[in-house]
Amino acid sequence: MIEIIGILMAALLSQNYILVKFYGICPFMGVSKKIDTALGMGAAVTFVMALASGICWGVNWILVELNLQYMQTVAFILAIASIVQMVEMFLKKAVPALYKALGVFLPLITTNCAVLGVVLVNVQEGYNFPISVFNGAAGGLGFTIAIVLFASIRERVDKANPPECFKGFPIALIAAGLLALGFMGFSGLSIT
Amino acid sequence: MNFKKQFNEGLLTKNPVTVQLLGMCSTLAITTSLFNGIGMGLAVTIITICSNVLISALRKVIPSQVRIAAYITIIAGFVTVVDLLLKAFIPALSESLGVFIPLIVVNCMVLGRAEGFASKNGVLASAVDGLCQGIGYTVALVITCVIRELLGSGTFGGGLLNSGEGIRLIPEGIPAMQMVMPVGGFLVLGFVIAGSQALMTSLEKKNKKKEAAK
Repeated sequence: MIEIIGILMAALLSQNYILVKFYGICPFMGVSKKIDTALGMGAAVTFVMALASGICWGVNWILVELNLQYMQTVAFILAIASIVQMVEMFLKKAVPALYKALGVFLPLITTNCAVLGVVLVNVQEGYNFPISVFNGAAGGLGFTIAIVLFASIRERVDKANPPECFKGFPIALIAAGLLALGFMGFSGLSIT
Repeated sequence: MNFKKQFNEGLLTKNPVTVQLLGMCSTLAITTSLFNGIGMGLAVTIITICSNVLISALRKVIPSQVRIAAYITIIAGFVTVVDLLLKAFIPALSESLGVFIPLIVVNCMVLGRAEGFASKNGVLASAVDGLCQGIGYTVALVITCVIRELLGSGTFGGGLLNSGEGIRLIPEGIPAMQMVMPVGGFLVLGFVIAGSQALMTSLEKKNKKKEAAK
C-alpha cells in the first residue's frame, strides 16, 4: 500500500514525467496551446501508458525467458506502435465521439518518449505486473497535470508582448522553466 | 546536390533543435556537462546517418501504409547497436546518459529526417543530410551544455577535461545548482533559441541590405 502511494506521489509531483524527468517534451510544447486539446492529449497518453506498461511487461517476460534482453528497445517500440494503432482502430469503431475529439494526436503518441520511457523504467525497477500498470497510469496522470497547467499558462503568455526574438517558443520555454521551478519544490516529497 | 546549402540549413536556418524543435527530450535532459552533450550529439548523428542511408536505399521497397512502423524498426535496430557499443567501449557515457540512449528511438529528429528527407532523396544526399542535421543538433546541444554547466556547476568540460572534474571557472558555492536541474534546461534552451532567432533576423537584414545595394 505504502509503495503504491509512493509511486503515485512520485509520478504526479516529485518525479513528474515532463517537468522533472523530461519525457514527452514534444507533445508538451506542441499540443499545449489550448486547455481542451491538452486535456484530450493527456487522457489518451494516460490510457496508452497504462496499456503499454501492461503489455510490455508481458513482452519483457517473454524476452527474458528466451534470453533476448538486448532486443528490448526494438520489441517495446513495436509493441507500442501496434498498441497505438489498435487503440486508434478500436476507438474509431466503438467510441467515434472520443476518436474525433483526439483526432491527429492519437498516432503521435507512438513517438512520445513518455510511453517508451515509462516502460523502460518499469523494467529497470523490476516492477511486477499490477505495479507496472499502476506506474504507467500514474505517470500518465502526472503528464496530464503538467500539460494542462502549462496550457493554461500559455494561453496568457501568447497574448503578452515579449521582445521580438523571444516570440513563440523561447518565451514558452521560459514559462515552462518557471513551472518546473514550482515543481522542484516537491522534490523532497518521497514516501518509500 | 547543393551540399553547402544543406550544411547551412542543418547548422542554422533549419537547425533541428532551435528551429524545428525536434528531439527536445534529450536536448533538455542530458545537457548538463560537455561530455554528455558531445556524446549524445555523436550518437544521434551516427544513428541519423545510418538510418537515413538505409531508409533511402529501401524507399522504393517499403509500402507507404506501413512506412512509419518500418522506419521505427530500422531506427530501433541502429539504436540498439549504438547502445550495446557504448555499453562495451564507453561505459561512463552509457551510465551518464542512461535511459536516454534507448529513447533516441523516439527522438523526433531521426524519424523526422527519415520521413521528411530520406524517403524522397537518394542515398548520398540522405547521408549528407543526416550528417548536416546531426552536426546542427550537436552544436545546439554543446552550446546549451556549456552555458548550463558554467552557470550550474561553474566548470567547463566536465567529464572530459582535467580527469573528469572539468576546469573550474567560477569558485564553488557561487554557481546556482538549479541551472543543471530541469528549471535551467528550460530557461537556457529558451535563451539559446531566442539567440538563434535574433542571429537569423540580423543575417536576413544584412542580406536584404546587400541586395538593395546591388
